[in-house]
Amino acid sequence: MLRYMARRLLILLLSLFVAAIVLFVLLRLLPGDPANALVGVGATPEQIAAAQAQIGSDQPLAVQFVTYLGDLARFDLGKSFVSRAPVIEEISRRLSVTLPLTLAAFLLSMLIAIPLGILAAVKSERWYGLLLSVVSQVGIAVPVFWLGVLLVYVFALNLRLLPSGGFPLRGYGDPARAVTSMVLPVLTIALIMSASLMRYVRAATLEVLGSDFLRTARALGESRTGALMRHGLRNAAVPVISVLGIELSTTFLGAVVVEQVFSLPGMGSMLLLGIQQRDYPNIQGVLIISTLLVLLTGFLADLLQRVLDPRLRKEARR
Amino acid sequence: MSDLLTVRDLRLSTPDKVLVQDLSFSIAAGERFGLIGESGSGKSLTSLAVTGLLAPGLRAEGSVELAGTQVIGAPERRLVGLRGNAVATVFQEPLTALDPLMPLGRQIAGPVRRRLKREGAETSGAAVRAEVMALLEQVRMPDPARLIGAYPHEVSGGQRQRVAIAMALACRPRLLIADEPTTALDVTTQAEIVRLITSLVDELGIALLFISHDLAVVGQVAERVMVMRHGRAVESGPALQVLTQPQDDYTRNLVAAARRFDAALEGQG
Repeated sequence: MLRYMARRLLILLLSLFVAAIVLFVLLRLLPGDPANALVGVGATPEQIAAAQAQIGSDQPLAVQFVTYLGDLARFDLGKSFVSRAPVIEEISRRLSVTLPLTLAAFLLSMLIAIPLGILAAVKSERWYGLLLSVVSQVGIAVPVFWLGVLLVYVFALNLRLLPSGGFPLRGYGDPARAVTSMVLPVLTIALIMSASLMRYVRAATLEVLGSDFLRTARALGESRTGALMRHGLRNAAVPVISVLGIELSTTFLGAVVVEQVFSLPGMGSMLLLGIQQRDYPNIQGVLIISTLLVLLTGFLADLLQRVLDPRLRKEARR
Repeated sequence: MSDLLTVRDLRLSTPDKVLVQDLSFSIAAGERFGLIGESGSGKSLTSLAVTGLLAPGLRAEGSVELAGTQVIGAPERRLVGLRGNAVATVFQEPLTALDPLMPLGRQIAGPVRRRLKREGAETSGAAVRAEVMALLEQVRMPDPARLIGAYPHEVSGGQRQRVAIAMALACRPRLLIADEPTTALDVTTQAEIVRLITSLVDELGIALLFISHDLAVVGQVAERVMVMRHGRAVESGPALQVLTQPQDDYTRNLVAAARRFDAALEGQG
C-alpha cells in the first residue's frame, strides 16, 4: 500500500509537471506580447520596452521557460504582470472563496443524493422510486447558470431572503454576510451535482441489490434492509467513490460559471480576469493549482477505494 | 409425522411464460432428497420458491408448506423468520455468493449471531467467535485461524464453498438446500464437498434438498430423487430405482448418456 501510494504520488507530480509545460507553451502560442496589453493602445515604444523589461517578456522564450520551471520547482508561482503581487497570495485569497463553496456544495450533494439514490433503487418498483429517477434525469439536463438565475429570482428578488450575489469586502471578517452570500451558489452547485450523483448511487445500489451475496444473506435469514446495510452499502460505495472524485473535480472547475452568476471573487473570476488582462502568471497559477487539486482528488478517491476493496489492494501489491 | 416441506401443484410464471408447473413433492424431516434436471428445467427456481426468494417479476401459485408455514403469498416478515430458522441455502457459485469486501470470519458471524439471538443465547463477541471457530472445524477447514481474516478472493473455491456451508449450518436449519453446490468446483473438490454435506446433514439430522444436473452426484447423496424437465416432474422415486431402472424416456436417456460418458472416461484412463 505504501509503495503504491509513493508510486501514485510520483505519477501525480509528473503529471503536474507535464501540465505546467503544456500551459506555458499554449500561452506563448498566443500572438502578441502581454506587455502591450499592460500599457494600453496609445503607449510609446519606450513604454512598451519598459513594460517588457519589467515582466521579463523581452527575454528569449527559452530563458523565460527555465525561469518559470525553476520558480515552480521552488513552489513559486511568480508575480502578477498587472498588480506585481505574488500570484500565490491572490490565489490563496481566491481559494478561501472557491474551496468552501466547492466543498460545501459537494457535502450537501452527498447528503441529498446518497439517501435519495438508495431510496430510488430500493423502491424502484414504486411510483416515488420512479419519480426520483425521473427528477434526477431532468436535473442532469438543467444548466448551472439557469438554475442559479432561477434561485436568485425566487430567493433574492421575490422572497428577499438572501443576497443575489457579491461577497463582503472584509471576507470572513463579516461572517454572517459571507455565509449568506454563499448559500445560493452552494445550493445551485449542490442541486446540479445531486442529480447526476443520484443516478450513479441508484445504479450502484440496484447492482448490489441483484447480487448473489445479498441473496445469500437473505437466504440465511437477514432482512432485505439488514442485508443492504451490512453488505450492500460498502459494495455500492466502491464505484460511487470514483464518481465522487470526478464530481468534486468537475464542481471545482465548474465554479467559474457559478462565480460569474453570483459575482463571487473566487478562482474562476481570477482566471477570467487574468485572460482579459493577459496576466500569464495569474492564468498559469490558477490552472496549475486547479490541476493539482484535481489530481489530488483523484488520488484520494483511488486510495479510499483501495481501503474499501481488498481485491484492489491485492492488485496493487503485484 | 407430517413432512417438513410439502410442495403441491407449484406453478411459477412470468407474465408471458410458464416456467414450472404441476410440481408436487415432499421432504420428510432428516430426509435427503435430490432434484435432477438440465439447466433451465426449473430446479433452481423451485428452490427459490421454497425460500420465498423469487425475483419480483415471477408469480408463484400453488402451495409450498415449509415447517407448517405457507410460503406462497406470505408477507416478507414471516419469510424472514422462516429463512435461517427452517431453511438455509448453499448456492452454486461461492465466489459471488460471498461478500467480496468482508472477511470470511465476519461473514460467518452474521448468521451465527442471528441464531444465538433467536435461541436467546449470549451474543458477545467471544461467544460468536467461538461458534465461528467451531463451525470452521465442523466443515473441516484447514487453518481456520488464518481463514477468518481472509477475504473470499484469497482462498480456493473449495474453501469458499466450505465457508458457505458453515454459514448455512450456522443457522441450524431444519432443511438445507444445496443448489448445484459442486458445479463451480473441480472434480476432486466436488467429491469432498459432497461427502462433507452428506455427513453433516446426517450428523445434525438436517433434511437436504440437493439440486444438481449431475446424476452420479445426486445418486451418491439422495435417498429419493425427482427428475425435472421443462418445468415439470417427469419421474420420481427412490434414488436407486430411478437411476438404475428409469421408467421415463427422458430419464432413461439421461442415465444412458451418463453411463456412456463414464465408460468413455474409463476407456481413456
